[in-house]
Amino acid sequence: MAKIPPKRSLADSVLPKAPTGIQGLDEITGGGLPRGRPTLICGSAGCGKTLLSMEFIVRGATQYGEPGLFMAFEETPPELAQNVRSLGFDLDELVRKKKLLLDFVRVERSEIDETGDYDLEGLFIRLGAAIDSIGAKRVVLDTIETLFSGLQNEGILRAELRRLFRWLKDKGVTAIITGERGDGTLTRRGLEEYVSDCVILLDHRVTDQVSTRRLRIVKYRGTSHGTNEYPFLIDEEGFSVLPITSVGSQFHVSNERISTGIPRLDTMLGGKGLYRGSTALVSGTAGTGKTSLSAHFVNATCSRGERCLYYSFEESPGQFIRNMRSVGLNLRKWVDEGLLQIHSSRAALYGLELHLTMIHKLVEKFRARSVVLDPIGALMGAGTQRDANAMVVRLIDFLKVRGITAFLTSLTTAGEALEHTKVDISSIVDTWILLRDIESGGERSRAMYVLKSRGMPHSNQLREFVVTSRGIDLLDVYVGPDGVLTGTARLSLEAREKAALMASQQEAERKLRERQRKREAMEAKIQAMRKEFEVEDEEVGVLVSEEAARTKQFVVDREAMGRSRGADAAESTRTNGRIK
Amino acid sequence: MQKKGKTKPPKRSPLSLAEIARNGEGKKIDEKWDLRLYIAGQTPRSLAAMSNLKSLCEEHLQGRYNIEVVDLVKHPQLAAGDEILAIPTLVRKLPQPIRRIVGDLRDTERALVGLQLRPGK
Repeated sequence: MAKIPPKRSLADSVLPKAPTGIQGLDEITGGGLPRGRPTLICGSAGCGKTLLSMEFIVRGATQYGEPGLFMAFEETPPELAQNVRSLGFDLDELVRKKKLLLDFVRVERSEIDETGDYDLEGLFIRLGAAIDSIGAKRVVLDTIETLFSGLQNEGILRAELRRLFRWLKDKGVTAIITGERGDGTLTRRGLEEYVSDCVILLDHRVTDQVSTRRLRIVKYRGTSHGTNEYPFLIDEEGFSVLPITSVGSQFHVSNERISTGIPRLDTMLGGKGLYRGSTALVSGTAGTGKTSLSAHFVNATCSRGERCLYYSFEESPGQFIRNMRSVGLNLRKWVDEGLLQIHSSRAALYGLELHLTMIHKLVEKFRARSVVLDPIGALMGAGTQRDANAMVVRLIDFLKVRGITAFLTSLTTAGEALEHTKVDISSIVDTWILLRDIESGGERSRAMYVLKSRGMPHSNQLREFVVTSRGIDLLDVYVGPDGVLTGTARLSLEAREKAALMASQQEAERKLRERQRKREAMEAKIQAMRKEFEVEDEEVGVLVSEEAARTKQFVVDREAMGRSRGADAAESTRTNGRIK
Repeated sequence: MQKKGKTKPPKRSPLSLAEIARNGEGKKIDEKWDLRLYIAGQTPRSLAAMSNLKSLCEEHLQGRYNIEVVDLVKHPQLAAGDEILAIPTLVRKLPQPIRRIVGDLRDTERALVGLQLRPGK
């Protein structure tokens, strides 16, 4: 007994879903539309209701083996087939294979009069027959609101619609009902009143002359779903919804380091370069070499044999390749090898979402490992500041989740603070390299520094670099008393330093010589004193020997005197004997 | 009613709306009326529609009408042919143009207007 309730609630919580096969939509609905229940898709004219429903049917038939019935109240089968042929859907073929049934119901107000009671059993029978004829699992009614223009008795109609949706549920078909958006209501005729399981709202807004399509799940009973507005795109491959805002910050983080393409810049970045999957931003004023720097990054990526997508908002592929040849990079080679894809489009050409979706699709299709966007500030032209910010954040998130290294450039216009990007993303980029002009001595020199680089000890030095025909090269640093010197100031400092060095060397030599001289003088003095001493010593010796001789003589004289006197002869003999 | 004015005069019938009006009760003499009534099963509403139609025809089109009753429950594939949504629906196949009247024909006046047997108000 106790075990049953949780078991049941678990089973209930997993609402069976019918995948739409539409890129992104299944993600935000958590698997698709509610299986066996009707879903209302509403939106204003031209927002893609019919297309979304048709794709649901076609994908169901082709990918999920669920035959579908498309009951159109507005367009005839040939028209429908023609409309979706541009998306690569061959309806005729599917119809032949009995996987799809197109049924056009004509509701012509002018031909219908009403008298007395009626019901919509005819529609039910027709639907039932159509469903049974191909065993349809999916049904689209596009758009059932047309009935309101054909039949007058709204009371009957409403009751019958309620019965219809009930009936569809009982049939167990996954249905899409489309409805035109009304004033202040989701649908003009209040269909949302009857279809309460899942309501999807499509929107097509024009802001600042740029149109954006958006999709929102208004409600989805019994399941969790993304609640945001998701941009979507209709292109040659059909419908795609970008559930990028649903992407969290949970992603695999790589410890791998990859080169920026400039060895000395790698050295500045902790010695190893960027982290794979991180986002690098290069900002700077016009002509500071942002594109050249990114081209080095492109070159480095392709040299590793990885695919790189270069998305330019300014230069055409040919122009980019030509210009980069002047800094010694042959990008044509990588294009030919299929490692580099250069995509150019003017930012203002499409809405932000379309750009986002296109980048998204290109990245997925090309399986790029690195993406360069040059410059992201251009996206401002495609939308408002806020939208552009949001979009770039979403884009970065998208790339991060896939472990794709992003290299963004941002143009700083004159007069703006350098540590500022047009699109406010400075806080979410991992590495920020700032390029700047240094004007001194009547010339401009280029310098770069690493403003920030997360997770690595990076250089704090302002480095001058030159763009040569062999690429970008970072120069040795000359820090003078007034800061880092660049250009000719650096050269003149180099010269001055050389001169100073030489002068001090000469000074030292001079001092050495002087010491030598002094030493020699001292030696000479010592010698002289020694000589003087020797002379004195000699004199003293002479004096001493003279004295000794005198003393001897004195003794001899005294003995002689004694002998002559004849006294004390024995003692004097003894003394004499000792002396001798 | 505005939509009536838009209706082109039937090609095969020389009678215009004005002529019908002139003929009072719309007694067209030689016209053949071909009517088809769509029902779905023998519901009370279907039966009511059938009997209402019968008496209407007897009164206004005696001898020159033909009623075909189509039961969509038995022949569901026929629903598409005449664009049948509501049940019961009466379709006037002849005289042209095709006209449809939905409902159980309880309101004879409106039914007559709908069949263009009587001019609209």
